[in-house]
Amino acid sequence: MATTVEGTEITVGLSSCGIAAGAGDVMKALEREVEKRGLEVRLRRTGCVGMCYREPVVDVEVPGAGKVTYGDVKPEWVGKILDQHVVGGEPVDEWVVREPEKTLPDDSYYDAQVRLVLANAGTIDPESVDEYISRGGYDGLRKALGSMSPDDVIEEIKSSGLRGRGGAGFPTGVKWELAKKQEATPKYMIVNADEGDPGAFMDRSILEGDPHAVLEGLVIGAYAVGASEGYFYVRAEYPLAVRRLKIAIADAKERGFLGEDILGSDFSFDVHIKEGAGAFVCGEETALIASIEGKRGMPRLRPPYPAAEGLWGKPTNNNNVETYANVPWIIREGAGAYASHGTETSKGTKVFALAGKIKRGGLVEVPMGTTLREVIFDIGGGVPEDRSFKAVQLGGPSGGCIPAEYIDLEVDYESVTKTGAIMGSGGMVVMDDSTCMVDIARFFLNFTQDESCGKCTFCRVGTKRMLEVLERICGGEGREGDIELLEELGEKIVSSSLCGLGQTAPNPVLTTLKYFRDEYEAHIREKRCPAGVCKALITYEIDPEKCTGCTLCARVCPTGAASGEKKQPHTIDQELCTKCDACRRACKFDAVVVR
Amino acid sequence: MGKTTTTDEKATGHIAAVDEVAERVGTGRGMLIPILQQVQERIGYLPPEALERIAEHTEESAAGVFGVASFYSQFRLEPVGRFIIKVCHGTACHVQGAVAITEAICDELDVADGQTTADGRFTVESVACLGCCSLAPVMMIQEETFGRLTPDKARKIVREYGD
Repeated sequence: MATTVEGTEITVGLSSCGIAAGAGDVMKALEREVEKRGLEVRLRRTGCVGMCYREPVVDVEVPGAGKVTYGDVKPEWVGKILDQHVVGGEPVDEWVVREPEKTLPDDSYYDAQVRLVLANAGTIDPESVDEYISRGGYDGLRKALGSMSPDDVIEEIKSSGLRGRGGAGFPTGVKWELAKKQEATPKYMIVNADEGDPGAFMDRSILEGDPHAVLEGLVIGAYAVGASEGYFYVRAEYPLAVRRLKIAIADAKERGFLGEDILGSDFSFDVHIKEGAGAFVCGEETALIASIEGKRGMPRLRPPYPAAEGLWGKPTNNNNVETYANVPWIIREGAGAYASHGTETSKGTKVFALAGKIKRGGLVEVPMGTTLREVIFDIGGGVPEDRSFKAVQLGGPSGGCIPAEYIDLEVDYESVTKTGAIMGSGGMVVMDDSTCMVDIARFFLNFTQDESCGKCTFCRVGTKRMLEVLERICGGEGREGDIELLEELGEKIVSSSLCGLGQTAPNPVLTTLKYFRDEYEAHIREKRCPAGVCKALITYEIDPEKCTGCTLCARVCPTGAASGEKKQPHTIDQELCTKCDACRRACKFDAVVVR
Repeated sequence: MGKTTTTDEKATGHIAAVDEVAERVGTGRGMLIPILQQVQERIGYLPPEALERIAEHTEESAAGVFGVASFYSQFRLEPVGRFIIKVCHGTACHVQGAVAITEAICDELDVADGQTTADGRFTVESVACLGCCSLAPVMMIQEETFGRLTPDKARKIVREYGD
């Protein structure tokens, strides 16, 4: 006999991160245990709920009792949740992270957030067009096509104050207007989903969690611009996003939101998906266009801007995923409601991917102008293991490191730019006192010199020279004059490169030099890495006061450098030590010190 | 096993694979990259004879096709192992110790970063961000992602993979 728990819904967050954390196994366990118990519950999938630090996340909603969220769920918990909560009506308190009418520590993760773009992600099934529609989906498109002219749409977007979320912050309405004014046809729309900044996963999460929102925003934009064909340019590393996008496109076509004579109007628009082939520079619009055309993804001189001469030489509008995802909300709820969020010059919200040395990493959406302190400490819970917050990296390889003294900075396009960093697409990587800023600069330069397309000499050769200097400094071979050399190279690369990649490539070095010059000097003059990261400059030693002689370090040491008698303080032979860090990680008494 | 494939037979197979892909995805404008992607998916890499055949289909010069194939990091011009291990070296993974993960895997498999093991089982690659930053450090074997790694955990996963 089936136990009737009618109307109960159990939802599992199945985004890439969730799956990587084991959500797929949790889903399988649920299917098995539900079947075994003969329960009539509805098992659902959803996208990223944003609480990445709690993955796998499972929501249980018993009718009349509201939604209860479980975090860090293990497959073996499933039986007890079903028996005690679903059948018995009593949530399993020790595993619950959010519950209506209860104040729990994880609530503060959401308190300061305003979720417009992420309203559906983590709530609806991203593979169900009906669930999207039930939450007001495609109402914006209906309104635009039914009662607004293309100019009305452009005016609405302009007055909302929406600016490009890919990083540069160009006003979206103005961009659309430029493309609309062109007489040449056909016109093209591009969705830049080539999210290449290391440390950023906003666009992936939006595409995986709410693909229809991006699609709806794209179709509205196409109507405004007068475009007939669109391209999603998606990173090849995002297979799940591509799969869900394909489903969304097929469903939207079937329902008449895409294709011929959309919603009975005489407006027609079709889309294609192009998978990127791994080139960071293709985030730049002219390089991206070259790539869609099947060429090497190299940028070209602008003007002509793509609005005039873009894909196949025709007028082309290009925005990133998050920008389009804002559009349906603006058209549906109105520009005024949207502009009520944010600062004077930066309206609406911004999605950030919070990661690095942070207790509660995940996907957060906050109004523009929220301070770094609110994002990192109130939402993110601060730095783990009671270490001290040192800096936050914004804008990836084009951005910079903002130091702790700017913790009360209100995040909008202008204020971030003033620090020397850039807003970028939204990657926010938190660093603590165990992060070496010279090493971080070296890390980013290694990335940009590898990704430089090679067209401009200063970018191609200059980033390589900068990397060599940084490697020298990290390797303990730094010389007097290296800092000045880095500054000189940096300035020249900025002024002599064609595209954004080169123009911003020195930023990580220049900002760390600006705020953490003493660390560079310690490396060069004292041959010391204050954070204890650069291998050539550190030594591993055992504190005889703390060592209990448990022999664990000697057992994990791969080279036999750590040794000693049982119950006697151990030592490390510096000749044999490869600084692999195994002993420090293994030691239970904090006896291994890095100097 | 037991059957040896000659170099010529292999090349003929590669050319047939290109013909099949070109037929299926079409050779219109802008199709060069999708063709390269699909051919690589079939063969595992892009051998010279495949690139030449693609040039014939797309009416590009062989040098032009090679130029595109060598520009993008996704394309491989050398054969790879049965399983590809992609160790993420994005910013979040870097600050959380990705370097130690690569070192541990390379040590465990006795292979250099970017190379294939002698038995042809694994290719180890360092890649830019996989976009699972909150689970850093992360690696991907084939389509499966493993997060919150430690060097020991990474060793164990690699040791037990596919067995």
